[in-house]
Amino acid sequence: MALSCSLNRYLLLMAQEHLEFRLPEIKSLLSLFGGQFISSQETYGKSPFWILSIPSEDIARNLMKRTVCAKSIFELWGHGKSPEELYNSLKNYPVEKMVPFLHSDSTYKIKIHTFNKTLTQEEKVKRIDALAFLPFEGKVNLKKPQHIFSVLEDYGLDPNCIPENPHNIYFGRWIADGQRELIESYSVKKRHFIGNTSMDAGLSFIMANHGKVKENDIVFDPFVGTGGLLIASAHFGAYVYGTDIDYNTVHGLGKASRKNQKWRGPDENIRANLRQYGLEKYYLDVLVSDASKPSWRKGTYFDAIITDPPYGIRESTRRTGSQKEIPKGMEKCPESHVPVSLSYHLSDMFFDLLNFAAETLVLGGRLVYWLPVYTPEYTEEMVPWHPCLKLISNCEQKLSSHTSRRLITMEKVKKFENRDQYSHLLSDHFLPYQGHNSFREKYFSGVTKRIAKEEKSSQE
Amino acid sequence: MKLLTHNLLSSHVRGVGPRGFPLRLQATEVRINPVEFNPDFVARMIPKVEWAALLEAADTLHLVEVPKGPIEGYEHDEKFLRQMHHVLLEVDVLEGTLQCPESGRLFPINRGIPNMLLSDEETKT
Repeated sequence: MALSCSLNRYLLLMAQEHLEFRLPEIKSLLSLFGGQFISSQETYGKSPFWILSIPSEDIARNLMKRTVCAKSIFELWGHGKSPEELYNSLKNYPVEKMVPFLHSDSTYKIKIHTFNKTLTQEEKVKRIDALAFLPFEGKVNLKKPQHIFSVLEDYGLDPNCIPENPHNIYFGRWIADGQRELIESYSVKKRHFIGNTSMDAGLSFIMANHGKVKENDIVFDPFVGTGGLLIASAHFGAYVYGTDIDYNTVHGLGKASRKNQKWRGPDENIRANLRQYGLEKYYLDVLVSDASKPSWRKGTYFDAIITDPPYGIRESTRRTGSQKEIPKGMEKCPESHVPVSLSYHLSDMFFDLLNFAAETLVLGGRLVYWLPVYTPEYTEEMVPWHPCLKLISNCEQKLSSHTSRRLITMEKVKKFENRDQYSHLLSDHFLPYQGHNSFREKYFSGVTKRIAKEEKSSQE
Repeated sequence: MKLLTHNLLSSHVRGVGPRGFPLRLQATEVRINPVEFNPDFVARMIPKVEWAALLEAADTLHLVEVPKGPIEGYEHDEKFLRQMHHVLLEVDVLEGTLQCPESGRLFPINRGIPNMLLSDEETKT
């Protein structure tokens, strides 16, 4: 096995949630901090144990200050498929790399973690004793050690089939934990201002990470709703803009989304949400605006566009329209005195979004958005494309038996010229998404069929 | 609405194109909102600013100590950056209007939030 001289190997312990979203998150963050994703494994599949090479411990620490997909990172000293293999591997680890953390002035402790199995205290102690061959010279301190070493034993993923012996055993020096606690502290349950479709906190941080948001960036959400996605970006030090076509949501007025609450209170608006987390200084502005008819002057000023466009299910897809387009019974937004049309086709919306991103993102800036999909008909060709934007990742989250949404991340790689607006209208590549215009009907088709079936059987 | 935002907004009324910038600002209620000074962010914004539009808006609001343009070595000039920080981020127009310089169309600002909605007829090309 070749020794990689300048790169150190690290073990990432991943959380077993949002499986498809993890690799793009880690890759995006590594590239944000000047690293590159290098690993000896081809794919990670469902495993929570990832071995990668990272140029420096600094980059590893920066990664952990951002990730919500990884629980912890360890400097990997050895691993194997059996205790013997592990001990051999440890004996091959360069002693000069171990010594700084084992010298007599330092304190340490060794932790045993087992995955998918429980060990008795006795069994754990045996394993620690077996490591006595390592040149530990420091003192054991169980309360506040300077260095923590961990043995991680992988007993697979099936709780109904726990092997006698682990598949893999790893030994490493603990470096840092990830940011999973943000998921609880930013939970939508505790947030002052929410809407019907406010994004789950974990996913909103994943989106900011896929978007490579960094300090002093300007991040924009053209379908801002209650501002949940802006919160994650602001937490990472970006200044935020949002627009929404719905006057009431932007102003924080109207009916509340919480059960048992009729109207929104005075502290329920996007600015108040940021204030709740001490992030008000990152609030730039929000505007009432139609994303298909943006009011920004020509130029590139957004470092990232991170958004969850309406799918037409729980929030309507709208754009401003002419008087005759208003369906019967549709209320006009009283404050804006502008009629809104319900007939904004989904494919048009993504066309507008990609074009807008291509025009206003800085070069290298990212667009991160959700694409609703009718699973039985989905093919990769349906993902909207644009000559200025490169597809970085496409991660699925199931919504129901026949629908899902995909988190699409794109990066601007080419300067926007006007003619780009027309070139992909002619492309066959783009047309397949037309089918998604009827996403709303397809989403409900399962319900309609079931109701029809029930009615039929009750008549029999 | 902050003056940084005003500096980035343009009218999208049909046929107006680049002549829709800058929007003419009129304010009936303005508030000074202290915002934590971040020199790095302010320095990043300087190259994006359209100065004539900024000076016009600052003048409308009777602001003083507004730099007339970027100065040499502004990235490290704390006095300059603090003045720009104040103008761009701490002056908040709560009530007022933004007017398209070409068509005269008014966009209202209420509770600090501009309403840029137009009907289909006004924006069709």
